[in-house]
Amino acid sequence: MVSKIDNALSFQSQALGLRAQRQQLLAGNIANADTPNYKARDFDFSTALKAAVAGRSNGSLALHTSAAGHIRTSTDAIPARLMYRVPTQSSADGNTVEMDVERAQFSENAIHYEAGLTFITHQIRTMMSAIQGQ
Amino acid sequence: MSMFSVFNIAGGALTAQGIRLNAVASNLANADSVAGPDGKPYRAKQVVFEATPVNGQAAQGVRVRQVVEDASPGRRVYDPRNPAADEKGYVMMPNVSVVDEMVNMISASRSYQTNADVMNTAKQLLLRTLTLGQ
Repeated sequence: MVSKIDNALSFQSQALGLRAQRQQLLAGNIANADTPNYKARDFDFSTALKAAVAGRSNGSLALHTSAAGHIRTSTDAIPARLMYRVPTQSSADGNTVEMDVERAQFSENAIHYEAGLTFITHQIRTMMSAIQGQ
Repeated sequence: MSMFSVFNIAGGALTAQGIRLNAVASNLANADSVAGPDGKPYRAKQVVFEATPVNGQAAQGVRVRQVVEDASPGRRVYDPRNPAADEKGYVMMPNVSVVDEMVNMISASRSYQTNADVMNTAKQLLLRTLTLGQ
């Protein structure tokens, strides 16, 4: 029974987790808007979500560890390849952050995150009304 | 919880931009300081930003790597009545470019605003997450 509820909510929760990770990545891009030679990065959300739902983490940047002495990289690796953004107007200091693009993506991602929250909330409400039968 | 890292990233960016604004204030205040504590004209200070990893996550924050002194030559101004003038009547002025510093100031203040905005968005999203399922 618990696993059924878990399954019902897992898609949206995975989507939310990825949205949060993307939000963080975009915040990093915005923070480094004035850093010389910083390359803006992002990942393809639909690919990442498909991989996360399928339980794969192919193409992730986590290092393969085969011995105890190996250094483990980030534990919650993004299940998609991190890619560099292609700038439309490159700057002289090698920075590829375009503030309008990053701001637009950041706002879009925030709205999608809120949409995900709304979806989960309504799923829970649906289940609650089914349980209570009122 | 990766959304909390947004606060670290944007907060670090606010600090870095604050330091940059501080350097701008120092440069503008000393735009006409012909002699510093060492008897030489004031030299413009510039901050160098650097991308820095945030606790093992994919996103990168920003920090000030170092504050460098501008190596460009200072202005020579003809002012024979100035006590700091040489035998030909020229005074070495600081190498502060007021126009450059104003541009720097506007850029720093815009970046500061953007990062404060990023923090606000992340806060809103987290608050919405707290009310999940209600």
